[in-house]
Amino acid sequence: MTQAERTYPEPSINMETEAYWAAAKEGKLILKKCNACGKTHFYPRAICPHCQSSDTQWYDASGKGTIYSYSVMRRGPTPYAIAFVTLEEGVSMMTNIVDCDYDALAVGQAVEVTFRATEGDQALPVFKPAT
Amino acid sequence: MSRNSKAYIAGVYEHPTRKAVEQTIPQLHAESARGALQDAGLTMADVDGYFCAGDAPGLGGLSMAEYMGLDVKYTDSTETGGSSYVVHVGHAVNAIAMGKCSVALITLAGRPRAEGIATLGPRDYGNILPDQGFESPYGPVVTNQYGMAAMRHMYEYGTTSEQLAWVKVAASHHAQHNEHALLRDVVTVEDVVNSPVITDPLHRLDCCVITDGGGALVIVSPEIAKTLGDRCSKILGHGEAIKHLNAGNIDLTYTGAVKSGPIAFAEAGVTQADLDYVSIYDSFTITVLETLEDLGFCEKGQGGKFVSDGNLISGVGKLPFNTDGGGLCNNHPNNRGGITKVIEAVRQLRGEAHPKVQVPDCTLALAHGTGGSIATRMGSSTVILGRNDA
Repeated sequence: MTQAERTYPEPSINMETEAYWAAAKEGKLILKKCNACGKTHFYPRAICPHCQSSDTQWYDASGKGTIYSYSVMRRGPTPYAIAFVTLEEGVSMMTNIVDCDYDALAVGQAVEVTFRATEGDQALPVFKPAT
Repeated sequence: MSRNSKAYIAGVYEHPTRKAVEQTIPQLHAESARGALQDAGLTMADVDGYFCAGDAPGLGGLSMAEYMGLDVKYTDSTETGGSSYVVHVGHAVNAIAMGKCSVALITLAGRPRAEGIATLGPRDYGNILPDQGFESPYGPVVTNQYGMAAMRHMYEYGTTSEQLAWVKVAASHHAQHNEHALLRDVVTVEDVVNSPVITDPLHRLDCCVITDGGGALVIVSPEIAKTLGDRCSKILGHGEAIKHLNAGNIDLTYTGAVKSGPIAFAEAGVTQADLDYVSIYDSFTITVLETLEDLGFCEKGQGGKFVSDGNLISGVGKLPFNTDGGGLCNNHPNNRGGITKVIEAVRQLRGEAHPKVQVPDCTLALAHGTGGSIATRMGSSTVILGRNDA
């Protein structure tokens, strides 16, 4: 089950997204929703892409979701699974699936968030099969 | 019948090289431009509008206009990845119709093979890109993004690897007749599904080639077209669209062609059944399958069935496509195939495709470009073209 994993590059972080990455360092996945229209969006922005309000707010995500789609890269030194996971909160995010049998992944599979250290000192949200 | 056309494609040129060891990128642009102008019976001095995308080195069209000795009064450097050049065709029509220019030149060139650029690594667009931190660390490359689209299409519609393989098989049947094609061997469905998996569920033979080279198009006003003879092709309709991740509300089973297609069909006043030939952007087999559905050649989800059993092979199936061998076998210059889609459509309308793949009495054709990534953000553009007497 445990397989060698690729190393994770540093994300680029800016003023709009530093809270997301600070939360990740604490082992939390947070999302941005709009207080004007009530909708969650991803990736997080200062301005709501649904209604253009600047009244956007961070909140804690459940960390649970399902695999929308995935693809296991077989070429290169270390296989890895890229995926879109649809979160319980409704939005889908690009991620990696870890701690799994790459040959047993499936669309629709339940997954939960976990974190991996990046090449720097950041933590990166990734997902593993739900326990 | 004689349909109205606001502009014509007077000249096309596909650079014959597939590995440009001894040529620079500006040189490839200029050689392509020269070829298309010669094809049209025009010269650089006739060009008064210049269109290029991100592959043109320097500051948009400024550097290339200087290199090629152009004196233009209109320029456009719209960048939508591999679909840019199909977008440019539409923008050139608009500019000509508005009287802003009368001879528009569009060029593309690049040399990823000579420079040893594989497409495996993540692309670095710099840290001001808003999506960067939320995608780049996860290792998205071109192949695994299209892989995710294929995987979801399979999940929702039961599409199979064998059905996807038929797209490559058809392209290979055409490429065998193209002396410039990078891959000329005819392959079978078994060859495709038995080739190594690159990234699930795509095999090596589901992926397009990486080639150097370039291409150019010359778009002219109706007045100039009259002086150039009947090799000019009518531009009857054009549509373009941007599709993206929509704030996290994603659907990877369709492309921007759902918007660009209907706009182009409506403008041209034709239907799918009227078309004799189609050029469909084929970065991967799944790109073709989803695009054919989105352009309305079959119902959503039926693309696998539609492309099977040689339906895309000229002389065999009902919808001959990519008779030059397409990006899957012939050429995908600078990882951008939009311009070659238009070029082969024009060859078909002129009756200048290879005799083994020429569609008899080809009167109406479609060319479609896809740029960026089918799994994140893409530019889609459709043009519908007609023979000079269409």
